[in-house]
Formats: sequence, C-alpha cells, structure tokens
Amino acid sequence: MATQHSRSAARLMMAPAVILLLGWMLVPLAMTLLFSFKKYLPLRGGDLGWVGFDNYVRFVTSSAFWPSILTTLIIVGGVLIITVVFGVLLAILLNQPMWGQGIVRILVIAPFFVMPTVSALVWKNMFMDPVNGLFAHLWKLFGAVPVEWLSQASMTSIIIIVSWQWLPFATLILLTAIQSLDSEQLEAAEMDGAPPLARFGFITLPHLGRALTIVILIQTIFLLAIFAEIFVTTGGAFGTRTLSYLIFQRVLESQNIGLGSAGGIYAVILANIIAVFLMRIVGKNLD
Amino acid sequence: MARTVTTQRKSINTLAAWSVGLLIFFPILWTILTSFKSEATAIADPPVFLAFDWTMENYSAVFERSNYMRFLWNSVVIAGGSTLLGIIIAVPAAWSMAFVPSKRTKDILLWMLSTKMLPAVGVLYPIYLIFIKLGLLDTKVGLTIVLMLINLPIIVWMLYTYFREIPGEILEAARMDGATLREEIFYVLTPMAIPGIASTVLLNVILAWNEAFWTLNLTAAKAAPLTAFIASYSSPEGLFYAKLSAASTMAIAPILILGWFSQKQLVSGLTFGAVK
Amino acid sequence: MNRKTALIAVSSIAFAAASGAFAETLTIATVNNGDMIRMQGYTDDFTAKTGHEVEWVTLEENVLRQRVTTDITTKGGAFDIMTIGMYETPIWGANGWLVSLDDLSAEYDADDILPAMRGGLSHDGTMYAAPFYGESSMIMYRTDLVEAAGMSMPDAPTWDEVAALARAMTDKDNDIYGICLRGKAGWGENMAFLTATSNAFGARWFDENWNAQFDQPAWKETLSFYIDLMNDAGPPGASTNGFNENLSLFQQGKCGMWIDATVAASFVTNPDDSTVADKVGFALAPDNGLGPRGNWLWAWALGIPAGTQNEAAAKQFVEWATSKDYIELVAAKEGWANVPPGARSSLYENPNYADVPFAKMTLESILSADPNNPTVDPVPYVGVQFAAIPEFAGIASQVGQEFSAALAGQQTVDEALAKAQALTMEEMEAAGY
Repeated sequence: MATQHSRSAARLMMAPAVILLLGWMLVPLAMTLLFSFKKYLPLRGGDLGWVGFDNYVRFVTSSAFWPSILTTLIIVGGVLIITVVFGVLLAILLNQPMWGQGIVRILVIAPFFVMPTVSALVWKNMFMDPVNGLFAHLWKLFGAVPVEWLSQASMTSIIIIVSWQWLPFATLILLTAIQSLDSEQLEAAEMDGAPPLARFGFITLPHLGRALTIVILIQTIFLLAIFAEIFVTTGGAFGTRTLSYLIFQRVLESQNIGLGSAGGIYAVILANIIAVFLMRIVGKNLD
Repeated sequence: MARTVTTQRKSINTLAAWSVGLLIFFPILWTILTSFKSEATAIADPPVFLAFDWTMENYSAVFERSNYMRFLWNSVVIAGGSTLLGIIIAVPAAWSMAFVPSKRTKDILLWMLSTKMLPAVGVLYPIYLIFIKLGLLDTKVGLTIVLMLINLPIIVWMLYTYFREIPGEILEAARMDGATLREEIFYVLTPMAIPGIASTVLLNVILAWNEAFWTLNLTAAKAAPLTAFIASYSSPEGLFYAKLSAASTMAIAPILILGWFSQKQLVSGLTFGAVK
Repeated sequence: MNRKTALIAVSSIAFAAASGAFAETLTIATVNNGDMIRMQGYTDDFTAKTGHEVEWVTLEENVLRQRVTTDITTKGGAFDIMTIGMYETPIWGANGWLVSLDDLSAEYDADDILPAMRGGLSHDGTMYAAPFYGESSMIMYRTDLVEAAGMSMPDAPTWDEVAALARAMTDKDNDIYGICLRGKAGWGENMAFLTATSNAFGARWFDENWNAQFDQPAWKETLSFYIDLMNDAGPPGASTNGFNENLSLFQQGKCGMWIDATVAASFVTNPDDSTVADKVGFALAPDNGLGPRGNWLWAWALGIPAGTQNEAAAKQFVEWATSKDYIELVAAKEGWANVPPGARSSLYENPNYADVPFAKMTLESILSADPNNPTVDPVPYVGVQFAAIPEFAGIASQVGQEFSAALAGQQTVDEALAKAQALTMEEMEAAGY
C-alpha cells in the first residue's frame, strides 16, 4: 500500500521526532565528549587544556569503577527478577474471580504513582530506620534484633524499594496479557486433567512471552538511570554506588567535569551494549 | 463459556488478593495516616495505627511554610504541557512507523528508546550551560521541553503499538473516499486510537510528574514543581516524620487521585503491544 | 493575616516611594535548617522595610550544595543570594564568584562579627559571605543519666573520660545508648566529626607536601577508638545517622550524650520538641592530652554571586538577615534561646542572652577552635573539620563512605584506611598536586 508519495510523507512526519531526539542526544553528547578530553576543574579555573585519554584511563582504573558496574547490574537484575516473578504471580491472582477486584487493582497499582524521592524517603525513614522504623518495631515484637537495613542490607533495601515502585507496572502489563488469554484453551487443558503447574508452564507462560519482553525492556531503560533512590537512602555508601552515582560523585562532589564526562561516555557505552543485547531478544519478540 | 466458580474458591481468591493488595498499598496508607499524627505520635513505640488524636497541624504547617499551590501549578503545567507537546510530535511519527513501515522502522524505534539510557548526571553540565545560553533556566518552558524529550521515545512507542492494531483497510477506505493525509490522521485514525492515546497521556503525565532529576536541577523558585517541594522537607532538623508525611501526601495525592479515577483506561491501554 | 499583609503592602509602597528605590524580587537559596525556616517566617519584616520581595528556594542540605555549586561554577545566575558555609566561601571568593561584603553599612557594624567567623568567611582579608549563624561542636549530655551512673562530666573532659562515661550510661535493653555520634557518610557528616576528632588524636589529612596521611598510626587510633566506642555504646544503625538523626534520637531521650554542633543546644533544650529539655548539660568537646580539642568551626552564611542583577537589594537582605536587629526581632517574638547564635560578639555581651544555659559553652567552644593551627603536627591547609581546598568535598565524601562501611562492620579499620589512603592519593594526583 505504501506509495512513493506516502513514503516521503512518512519520512516528513517522522522528521520532527527524529530530529528533536537526535539533537537531544547529540548536542549534550558532543559537549560531554569535548569535556572528557579536557582537564576541566571549575573550582580551579575551569578549562585547563587538553589531556587526551587521561580522564578515560583514570576513570576506568579507579578502584570504584568495576564495583560500580557490578552494583548497577545487580540492582537492575535483582529488580527485574523480583518484579517479573511477583508480577506474573500477582497478575494470575488478580485475574481470578473475586469480590472487589477493582479496588484490589487500585491498591496494587498505587506505588507506581509515587515519586521516587517520596518512596525512598518513606521507606528509609518510616520502615527501614533501625530505631523508629516499622520494621524495627516488628522485629522487636518477635524478640529479634532490628536489622540495620540501609547499612547491613543496603543492596537488598534498595532493590526492595525500587521493586516496590516497579511491581505495579509489571503486574499491569502482564495482567492485560493474561486477560487476553483464551480461557477455553485453559479449560480444555483442565478437562484433559492437566495439573495447574503444567497449564501454567505450557499455556500461560508462553502466551506471556511478549509481555515479559516488554516489561524487561522498559524497566531496564528506567532502572539503568535510577538515582534518586540511592541519593536519598545511602548516598552511595555500603556498596550501593552505581555507575551513574559514581559519575555524580565525579561531576558534582569532586567537581571534576572532565573525569565525570569520561564516565558519562562509559555509561553511554554500557547503555549501548545493553541496548544491543536487548534488541537481540526484543527483535525476535516484537514483530 | 465461563466456568462456575465455587464460593469457597472465590473467597480464598478474595482473601489472598486483598491481603497482597493491602500489603503493597501499606506504605502509602501508613504515610497518609502518619500525616495526621503529631510528631511525637509519629514515632511512638509501639506504633499506633488508628487510635490517635487526628490532627491537621502538619498540613497547616506545610501550607504556612511553602507556597504549595505554586509548586502544584508548576507540576500540572510541566507534566501536562510536556505530554501534550509530546503527543503532537509523536502522532505523525507513530503513524508513519505503523502504516508506512520500512526496514529501519524497528531500528529507529529502538534507537529512540536507547536515548533514554544516557545517564542524566553525565550531561547535567552541558544541559545547564545550554539552558543558561538560551535563558531557559528556571522556566516552565525549558522544563516542559526537557521532559517532553525525555518521554518522547515512550510516547512514540506506545502510540506505534496502538496504531498498528488498527486495520490498514479502514485507512485505505478513507483514502479511496478522497481523504487527505491530514484528514486521514485527524478524522479517521486519531478517533479510533483515542483509548490508546488516553493511556499514553496518563502514563506520561505520571512519568513527567515524578521526574526528579531535571525538575530539581534546572529550576530555582519560579518553575519549581512538587519534586523541589519535597526536597525542602526531607531530613530537616528535629522530628519530621509527620510533616514529611504530610508533604509527601500532598505531593502524590493529585497524581494518585488522577490515576485512580482513570485506572480503567490505564489498565486497558497499558500494553505496549504486549497483546496481539 | 489579610490586614497584616495589606498593612505591610501599604507601608512598603510608601517606603519604596519615599526612598525612590525600585522593588526587586530576590531569589534566595537556603538550607532547610530550623533557623533558616524561622527566617523565612520573618520575610514580611524585610519586605516592609525595603519593599523588596523574596522568593525562597529551600532545599535539603545535599541537594542545596549540588544546586548552588552547579549554578555558581556555570555562572548560571539562578540565585541572588546563596546560603553557603565556611568551606565554600573562601574558595568561591578566591575565584571571584562572590560579591565582596566589605562595604556594608556602618550601622551593620561588621566589626561586631566574631573574628573567627569573619576570618573563616574571608579570602585575603575580604569578607565574601556574612554569617547567619556560627557554630562549633561540644558535648551535650543527660545530667540525669550521668548522675544515675554515679559519675560526673568535667567541663573539659578527655576522650577516655567520655568513653568511660558513655559505656557506663549505656542500657541497650531500655533503648538508652551512651553516646550518639555521626556515622552517615558525607564530608559534612561523619567526616566533619572524624576529621575534627582526629586532630585531638594527633592525626592530620595531609603532611606539608600534600601527602595523604591515612596510613599513619594516629588515624588508625582515631578510627579504632571511634568504632569500638560506637559498637559498645552507640545506637543501632549509627552508620546511617547524621546530625538530624542524632538530634531526633537525643530529643527522644535515647542518647546519653551527643557530640555535635553547638546550634543543636537550642533544639535539645526546647521543651516543645525535646522530651529531655530540662536534663541537658554541656561540656567542651573532648581532647586527648595532645593539645587540640575535637571541636570544629562552621558558619552558615549568606553570599551574593557576582553578576547578579539585584546586587544592591541582595546586600540589603544580607544586612537585614545577619544584623543585630534581626536577632532582637527573633528574641522579642520567640525568646533569646531561639536567636541565631555564634555570629556576633554583641550577642554574648547581652545580659539577656547570658541566661541561656548553653550560651557560655557555645562561645567558649567557638573561641577555642583554631582553623589556622588545627592539628598537632603542621599542615598546609586551613580548617578544623575540613581542609579548605576544592578537592576536599569530593575526597572526603568517598573517604566518609569507607569509614561508614567500617562502622557498619563491613570492613576492618585497616581496610578502610588503606582504601582512604589510595583514593585520596588518586584524587589529589588527578587534581595535579
């Protein structure tokens, strides 16, 4: 159906979005690239000249670099696993007949509306605080010593907080997908005596493949960029320094724009590696 | 043909789902409850759940200290404006991707998404300098544009998946009847895609409302939205749980209410093409 | 309320008309500390006197630092006045980013500002920010708990005395912890306390050739002493406790003593917020027999970024907020205990203020802090709880994370010090030392 005419019209219509995003990507990227080859210390007079690849070498040889990559991957991976597993379970549960389904659904999706800063503050102070937090009270109720969440279980804490924010999103998408599942197929399988686990494994799960891909893709994009949750809770201490937090420390705390910019370029490379990786999986599943 | 469900099974489902739902919702509920306590009650040991003297003192303290309405208005303008602007730019792009696909459509789509992976802190300095040059610092216009650009990939993608579900024959029929491209998009396609556009709008208002890096770093007083409002209540001196809770409730309430009222659209529309 | 604002509006119009001055709108970035929030409440008084309006940008300390630093280094001009500290002011002043405040009016009486504060907010003898309040650090302790332990707190204790007392007061079963100290990572959090304390133990950040000194025994002694003490007598989760968390614990009656900023004295003795308001005693920060006491010197001050359009109005605001009149205003409305302390000599000569229980100890602490000779051995830098070089904030934040992890038991003292030494060397090299 596509004529030559509609092709050029199509290109024209895509142009604003593409050009804007290209500009949004290229202009800051070019400036970051420029800074990354300079000794740029605002507090010491600003631009102190070209230094070649010094910043790149320094950033990657810093003892904080590899741990930060690992931390990033653990947080992204941990949150993905939790949200996907519990998202599937929750979606199946919510799809069952029950009273007050609408209200339950509202309760479940609510965390998605809470801004990250607020949820981090609430979790940190009102739940995970080892003296006044609710968890501490709960632990004491059972005679246990309260856990010092943000220091002793720092990564777990951050993964819990972020998962809480993203579980609704996964649940919502998976729920819509489950609802579109042909119930007669499931019933037929049930008649044939297939046990629930087999019905789940052979019918429900394959049907969810596409939805799972999308959940993973979108969440990865957002999770790679998480910042507020770490800034508010641990400030990067106790092994929770992600790559973006490390860049933050270089740029804003150390005021070393050159070094931070080199870190930014590494982050772009990491993002692209993950993007290519995702495209491989998504490409198959997205058609 | 629907299965007949025993009351017993339905009861078990209900119990399980409500327990899980309340558990997930509990942090929000607790924040709202705490916002009505006095500071001393907020940290009482053991914690009190409902049996306390309900007070509005935290809300009046927050109102007295901060110009809440201005923060709220800025949030509304920025979140709404960036979403609207994004939709206007994304509809034509999504149309052409859905109906005139080429070999590179999927690549372009994924490339757009990958622009979201740039770490914001890494480009804060460049963006800040550009904003100074263009005089956009602490303006709603500047923030609207930035948030639009951040969310544009998501908007394009969501719209693309909805448009693809619309059968091409209908458009062709319209074309046969002599509809121009513009008419085709605005009078045929858009009305059919309203549910999809509605959920796109909702999702993006939520994302823009909750964006906390640029909204904090590119504003001072005039354009500061609710994320900046919250930053003035996190860890002040002295006891602060109750006031923090009040401020938090005020920051999330508008979007929570909007979300609840429109959850049907959000639930039915938030598929990203996950359902064929 | 409405009548009041109307009145103020009328009077300010009259004033502006009389003086022929244009009414400006000032954008002021400030930290969400109690004294600053109180100052916001009195904005109307400033507007009535000068006709200028004020827009407040009140942010939590870490966000504020990030925000104002970005703006000043890029000359963004988003703020007319910034709330900054003794660390930033001389560095920014040296870069020419702040307006000199040497030409404030005669009735402002700049000579009344405590010399220690004025010195710390100056570069080459020019004052670049005016102190809103100043502080040192001291011991705040529970007189009832000390008595119950059958001991006493000297006015100028040693660290050994403090440690013994802290352990004796501890009663973990009843949520009483003998000592609350900062553990939260950050150059202005745990590192402020630990750097100041390390001075008393004979440690220093750098030798005279800018070599990091974390590999020296004095640092090991400092850190081991601190961690042992906190494990025995500190509250749970101490490694995430900063000033605010400790203040809250102390107000709830859970700390036997707390060594922190002198400004906290007015919060812990305020019966509205504190459950132990009438049971608090004060003492100088402890020493270790080597000379220096672990007490720091800090001021939250108002500085004007160079290039602001509203320089004249901004100066008027700075004068108003840091004036004797402002102190009188707060004293009249909220009592002498609530005035911003530590900035002016005249406050401590005022007989009304002498009745405030913590006034004497605050002044003594401020006067005994010596940023120019902070350590036992000579150092190339100025500052008690920081080294006034641009790199310090970045380095100390990371060192603070290592020390915080050591306090949480995630690494040993030796590991933390080795990492601190390595990363400090690394950063100093990157900066070109």
